[in-house]
Amino acid sequence: MDTAAGVGTRLPIRSDMDLVWVRQHVRQAAAELGFSLVDQTKLVTAASELARNTLVHGGGGEMEASHVAAGGNRGLRLTFSDTGPGIDDLDRALSDGYTSGGGLGMGLGGARRLVHEFTVETAPGSGTSVRVTSWVSRPPRPREDV
Amino acid sequence: MPQHETGGAPGTPAHEVRDFLRRRSEEIAQRWADEPLFRTVFTVSREEAVEAGRAVVDALARVADSQRVEDPDAAGFTAVREQLARMGAARSRAGLSTTQVASELAALRPPVDKLLVADLERERPESLRECSTALTVLMGTLRLVAMQTALSEIQALTDRQRLQLLEVATPVIKLWDGIVAVPLIGTLDSARSQVVMETLLNAVVDQHARFAILDITGVPTVDSLVAQHLMKTVAAVRLMGAECVVSGIRPAIAQTIVHLGLDLGTVRTRAGLADALAHCLDELGANIVAAAPGGADRK
Amino acid sequence: MNEAFSHPVAGQVPVLRLGDVLLVTLQGDLHDSMAHRLQQDISETIVRSGVTGVVIDISGVEMVDSFLGRVLAEIAAQSALLAARTVVAGMRPAVAITLVELGLTLPGLRTALTTEAALESLARPVAGPRSGGGRGESP
Repeated sequence: MDTAAGVGTRLPIRSDMDLVWVRQHVRQAAAELGFSLVDQTKLVTAASELARNTLVHGGGGEMEASHVAAGGNRGLRLTFSDTGPGIDDLDRALSDGYTSGGGLGMGLGGARRLVHEFTVETAPGSGTSVRVTSWVSRPPRPREDV
Repeated sequence: MPQHETGGAPGTPAHEVRDFLRRRSEEIAQRWADEPLFRTVFTVSREEAVEAGRAVVDALARVADSQRVEDPDAAGFTAVREQLARMGAARSRAGLSTTQVASELAALRPPVDKLLVADLERERPESLRECSTALTVLMGTLRLVAMQTALSEIQALTDRQRLQLLEVATPVIKLWDGIVAVPLIGTLDSARSQVVMETLLNAVVDQHARFAILDITGVPTVDSLVAQHLMKTVAAVRLMGAECVVSGIRPAIAQTIVHLGLDLGTVRTRAGLADALAHCLDELGANIVAAAPGGADRK
Repeated sequence: MNEAFSHPVAGQVPVLRLGDVLLVTLQGDLHDSMAHRLQQDISETIVRSGVTGVVIDISGVEMVDSFLGRVLAEIAAQSALLAARTVVAGMRPAVAITLVELGLTLPGLRTALTTEAALESLARPVAGPRSGGGRGESP
């Protein structure tokens, strides 16, 4: 059915063990939807960056994953939310090289480049919610080896 | 059937139409079997065409039952979606334009309408008019569903073909043991550079290549976006443990690159494919020497 | 010295010593804490055993995010301080594409297609002309 949203799955993000669960869940969901290997890897990597942000900067939170469909195309939508301190300078947080944690400063800006749609809702003191969506943009390729 | 009780009063136009469709299912299917849309698609036997017609009438009755005659997403259509797609696809293959297929679909309505009028002649005129309107809307929705399904099939086909074209346009050539090359011809957009990158990296793995040559002799212009794609490809090849050489930078392109202020400093470049190959062979430690004079025949 | 011995550094990460080289095989999904521990243990092992090279085989790794990218870069930098060269081998195409798209090109990192190629490149003299990904090693 071409309905807009499927059932959402919620996963807690409280420890680095949870990051592993998040990655595995996203990998499996993307594979089932027919994402190509490269697109799966991009989405899993983006999820890993965002989940780590939720854990490190937001003090923990959760990820909600749901299927989306539009115009015959299918996709996966991931929402990462925390109730942490929020981000006061979003533009700066999205620029490369900015880091307040221990990464290479590629977290938010890098994750944005790996997905098709990216929105952030945040305010100082009231938590952060990052929503990303990727679409199965190409039909799964029947790969015959030469 | 959960929707059985939920419908409005038994006398709503949609339910009148539902009862009519169920009553006349056989006649409608028989008439449709003579229409080109059914006759030319289901060619095994007339019974096959009638069978297909019955399935469509049944779906229409279900949709009417759920009171959603104007909704192309009504659950009642689910059962015949695939059949409608097959019919549309068969007509397209036979050379009909989308408009012609649409008018064949429209031609399904008059025979049904005639039967309806015959059935409801003795009813009040406004009741007949309402039922006729409901039927018209329902048949219009059917047309929409059929066209939607056909279009999404075409879309899927186009996507597949576009991808195939991209892959055909990106041949990977093994030049030597450990050296692969991709001669790029035509404009590089984002989708294509993505395919180029994937194809090249897979070739590096498959061929155990230590060198990958990107030859851009056939690329008409290099703007900052194309340059960015080239640098990404070079970086990805390096991450995998091979070296990427860009060859075929024509003077005009070299000028553009300098003009745009693009830094290709970290990218190894060579003027032509032959120079690039020579560089790679040299790095691999393979020596090419001219044949001894007079030694035209090799063993 | 020829005999390879393996001991479990950092939980499930197998570390194998082959002559002068430490072969570290990463597999599957690595916890952050495991990666941190590995980073420490490699440094300690270099000091203890005096190896001159480290090969990190990531052919079994399905994803490298900026955290793991940083860990790899730091292992290389630390090892360089301890006079050991590090080569990361076997990165999968999908992983390389994603890293580049993420914005991480890890310019200081030496890479090789396979573990064999990595061992070979470590066997060559330090300033060898064809160090593959050896560029960027200079400060």
